[in-house]
Amino acid sequence: MKARAFNYVRASTVVEALKAFEDAQDDASYIAGGQSLVPTLALRLQAPELLIDIAHIPALRGIELQGDWLRIGALTRHFEVLSDPLIRLHAPLYSEAAPHVAHPAIRNKGTLGGSISHADPASEFPAMTLALGAELEIAGRDGIRRVPADDFFVDLFQTAIEPGELLVAIHVPVVRSGHRWAFHELARRRGDFALVGCGILAEFSGDVVEHVCIAFFSVGSTPLRARQAEEALIGKKLDQVAIAAAQAIVGDDLNPPEDEHTPPAMKRHLARVLLGRLLGEIARQDV
Amino acid sequence: MSDLVNVTMTVNGTEVSHSIAPRITLADFLRQTLELTGTHTGCEMGVCGACLVILDGRVVHSCLTYAVQASGAAIETVEGLSERTAIADLQEAFHQRNALQCGFCTPGMLMTAHALLSQPGVPTREEIRDALSGNYCRCTGYEAIVDAIAKVARDRDAGVIAQASEEVGAWAC
Amino acid sequence: MGVLTPLDRPNSYIGRSVPRPNAKRLLAGRGRYVTDITLPRMLHVAYVRSPYAHARIVSIDAQAARKMPGVRLIATGEDLAKLCTPWVGTMDHFKGMKSPPQLPLPIDKVVWSGQAVVAVVADTRALAEDAAEAVYIEFDELPAVVDIDAARDPSAPVISPELGSNLCFHGKIDTGGVEDIFANAAHVVEEEFHFGRHTAVTMEPRAIIADYDVSEAKLTVHHATQTPYQFQDIYARHYGIPESSVRVIAPDIGGSFGMKLHMYHEDMAVVGLSMMLGRPVKYVADRIESFVSDIHARDHRVRARMAADTDGNILAMDVEDVTGIGAFSAYPRTSVVEGNQVYRLMGAPYTFRNYRADLQVVFQNKVQMSQYRAVGHPVACTVTERLVDMIAEKTAHDVFDIRSRNMIADDAYPCTSPTGYQFEALSHHACLAKVKAMMNYDGLRAEQAELRTKGIHRGIGIATFVEITNPGPAFYGVGGARISSQDGAIVKITPAGDVHCSISVTELGQGTETIIGQIVAEHLGVDRDRIKVMTGDTDTTPYGGATYACRGAGIGGETALQAAKKLKANVLAVAAAILQDEPDRLDVQSGWIVEAGTGQQRIELSEIARIAYFRSDTLPPGTQAQLSVAHHYAPQGYPFAFTNGIQACHLELDVETGLVKILKLWVVEDCGRVINPLLVDEQIRGGVVQGLGAAFFEECVYGDNGQLTNGSLADYLVPMAVEMPDIEIGHVETLTLDTQLGAKGVGEAGTAAASAAALNAINDAMKPFGGTIAQVPMTPARLLKALGHI
Repeated sequence: MKARAFNYVRASTVVEALKAFEDAQDDASYIAGGQSLVPTLALRLQAPELLIDIAHIPALRGIELQGDWLRIGALTRHFEVLSDPLIRLHAPLYSEAAPHVAHPAIRNKGTLGGSISHADPASEFPAMTLALGAELEIAGRDGIRRVPADDFFVDLFQTAIEPGELLVAIHVPVVRSGHRWAFHELARRRGDFALVGCGILAEFSGDVVEHVCIAFFSVGSTPLRARQAEEALIGKKLDQVAIAAAQAIVGDDLNPPEDEHTPPAMKRHLARVLLGRLLGEIARQDV
Repeated sequence: MSDLVNVTMTVNGTEVSHSIAPRITLADFLRQTLELTGTHTGCEMGVCGACLVILDGRVVHSCLTYAVQASGAAIETVEGLSERTAIADLQEAFHQRNALQCGFCTPGMLMTAHALLSQPGVPTREEIRDALSGNYCRCTGYEAIVDAIAKVARDRDAGVIAQASEEVGAWAC
Repeated sequence: MGVLTPLDRPNSYIGRSVPRPNAKRLLAGRGRYVTDITLPRMLHVAYVRSPYAHARIVSIDAQAARKMPGVRLIATGEDLAKLCTPWVGTMDHFKGMKSPPQLPLPIDKVVWSGQAVVAVVADTRALAEDAAEAVYIEFDELPAVVDIDAARDPSAPVISPELGSNLCFHGKIDTGGVEDIFANAAHVVEEEFHFGRHTAVTMEPRAIIADYDVSEAKLTVHHATQTPYQFQDIYARHYGIPESSVRVIAPDIGGSFGMKLHMYHEDMAVVGLSMMLGRPVKYVADRIESFVSDIHARDHRVRARMAADTDGNILAMDVEDVTGIGAFSAYPRTSVVEGNQVYRLMGAPYTFRNYRADLQVVFQNKVQMSQYRAVGHPVACTVTERLVDMIAEKTAHDVFDIRSRNMIADDAYPCTSPTGYQFEALSHHACLAKVKAMMNYDGLRAEQAELRTKGIHRGIGIATFVEITNPGPAFYGVGGARISSQDGAIVKITPAGDVHCSISVTELGQGTETIIGQIVAEHLGVDRDRIKVMTGDTDTTPYGGATYACRGAGIGGETALQAAKKLKANVLAVAAAILQDEPDRLDVQSGWIVEAGTGQQRIELSEIARIAYFRSDTLPPGTQAQLSVAHHYAPQGYPFAFTNGIQACHLELDVETGLVKILKLWVVEDCGRVINPLLVDEQIRGGVVQGLGAAFFEECVYGDNGQLTNGSLADYLVPMAVEMPDIEIGHVETLTLDTQLGAKGVGEAGTAAASAAALNAINDAMKPFGGTIAQVPMTPARLLKALGHI
């Protein structure tokens, strides 16, 4: 189980990384933490000619409050997500999800940007990116662009990042008073990819749901928002009736693939259970 | 074929330089090039935890890192931690509690335990089990490993308290 | 000071918890596993594997691969068949059993997906893998035989046409009277059980280095195996090398669990490759290869029923077991042993006398299935114990009461099971009583009732078991397999008065070397730290069975005990000559020759050794000091030393999600003499966790086309620290009188009953919902189905 041969270059700036990719005529991969990439190379599922190491680019680092937005550098590692006070305060769903992301050693190396751009539909961070309504800052030959999370996750392991482009930072609108949130996932073993997972960010006006974002993972080819369940809650008090209404419809929001171990009916059932539990938790946060 | 690249890193306190193929993982570099066979490879895809080493102060899978990525970094393996007696109490507790059988997972277990016990506070059994969530063991059933780590955590804490009260005592005099 | 116990005698080590001396180097990262070994001029092999479960090999084109960098040899089945004779995995005592001949690499067809077809030897493993990608094999795909029912259909394709059918073995047991009993019984319960295929997942994958020295025509094999003598025999016979020219060395082994005592095609090929090249060749299965080439285990479908009278007295069992074993029977131990133990262990703890069983062992296009820890036990135990619980429910008995009503009385031994097993002495009732007290059963039941009112659903399950250990020659030898049931030891005293023991039982981390050291120390009369125990090398240790079927302590330990006593007699003879005393008035304690009775020191053992080795001229004329002994021991009493015990499982089922939290496990086990409680308890804990793996996580899942769909460590789930409970262990000690040591085996007891206890606990938790489950692993999907959610 050894990777095919490749060449390696360490980039010190974004421009250098982009240039290296272009020079390799697209037969290249960026590597940051490498926690998802390296196994695919070991299994020879992928075999790029060139690996471009972006882990030493200063511009991809740092966590910074910029007005109403928190800018999180793409190289921020999972353990930093777990422990960083700014993330805890302003983008708490990332902090809550972080302990569930794999295991300590993976969290020491894996990066937030890597996880989001890898876009595994079973991963926590891509879904929380949706739930938080983040925007993704992407660098390419033509400069920088920002893509809202809702437009970012395109298909299985496919994002709005075009070949050669690089995710630079994640911009998260900071949570405000009136926001409540909850995260949970159902996994067979600690650190496993979840059977079903969900993060919810809700904005209340008094005891009425004004806005809500329900993001599921492990229920389709991308992380996805439960739009109909969200609709069912907006303008409602978060009582048993409203929760039941959201639960009743959430199955239609999801698109789980056929799988012998976790059939779609099971995923939908678990999503209903999880949604009920999380909304109940949010209802109880009422102070 | 790929070009060889020069890598230089500090391994167990000693700087090493080698010209290697980029596809060589840090695990294979340590085991084959440097003959540090205490680091084991059980799955080569970052699942089993037998290959854990310390890279710039944090525990990582050496099978999920290419040696070239680690160029410029400081690495510690079980051999290094043993030689500088950083984990002597953990090794003793594992030995007394028989917290290993075949021993193949053990260096990885020691890395995780070392990292956990480098944090402040005394972890609960649940926290110890949680920290071990990425370390496979097929022999022990884990309980003895949890026991051994819990014992060292308590002993180290008691040692810190004893040391602190000694200091307080000295100051009071 | 506490009360003095037998352990307070000098050199009293048997029964004492002492840590393993050899664990220290493993803790320091100084273990020496086969994966760590590099020999001069060593090459590496990678295999090109079949993507099909069943296919004809049309052609192999290795032209391009041969020209790849670093490639030294590309070998096919035909190349190796010129060196290696075929092997057949059958034993004579399984009447009518059949299996096709096997070769290291196939010549004309492949019979499972992942089967190695072409060997590529290169300077590094990476270069070998590069070249393996460039080997082109044309296959003609054949219909795959996957399902055990479809395989037995007369219209099914026959995997080995020369055998006539896909049936490897058909066995029947019938005591008579079963039909009548079921027709008239007050209560009959029945169930169809499914046991998933699972596999060992040793932390160190299979690893082997074959080093053939052409100049001397000698073969040395560094092999991660628990049975080096067996492989010495196999390599010698199948490659036509004199046995004395084959040396097998088993150094530190990263887990085995029965998986590393079977003949694997890749391993056999490595020997031939080394002979062809005259250089050392190393093969380490990577984890993906492990899943498609290590033996799998279990894979049984059992339809069973149990009859009882109105009071819940069990009257009879009727069992039909079908098991799929892959495309051939494993070598040299066969793939029938598991089914054989399944249908012979059914109902073993109970008094009923009427039993009927039918066993069909079926070929299919999957990886070979064979012996893995607790061979057959979890299947027999789960079927029996679930049916007993169902009888309990029908007759309104508590699960403890139904068992104490039906188990063989502790004073009823010796006795024989309906299937012919002879029990010397078991202790079911003592174990049952002890576990009930340990777990505070009544308290748990009260708590369960209270929590149910709050929507928390806990389950309590128990399972009693009988384990086969210490097999004599009736196990393999009578079937014609060259697998030894005896062991040998050489114990010698060095000139400094230290002791060296080389013995044929092997160390797998379970502590063999430690307990052998304890036994020799106690029976020779020296301190334990002066004894060095050597294992795992056919050149330096006597011939023996090594480690399988929980025989290390019982047979290996007895071998060491008798050898130590023999050596002690020799020592005392020399000492008596020197001291001009009588040997029977002397003893050895803590490395001193002492006066028997008073313990007064007379002369140090090292002084005896000095005189014997360097000043034999000072010994009385005619005295020849014999400070080394070689001794062999083979069991001659009961064919097996059966052990018994009981396990109890307490868990919480999330009835909405199907997720389970295992709260606690209790085990009471009777393995006879406990030599080292610390090691015994950890053997049990490790075994329990493998059993819980089978209960909740582990399964090799195949698609309809015979493809393994979860063959990686990320997809095949094994139990981890967070999900596993603490395990409390108690002991009852019923010694076997067949040996002086009195020890039986213990390594498989944990695995034998854990899944049964867990399955009973889950069914107990589900009781308010009416759902039941009779399949392991109990995955969330299966539990949600049982609960009616999906």
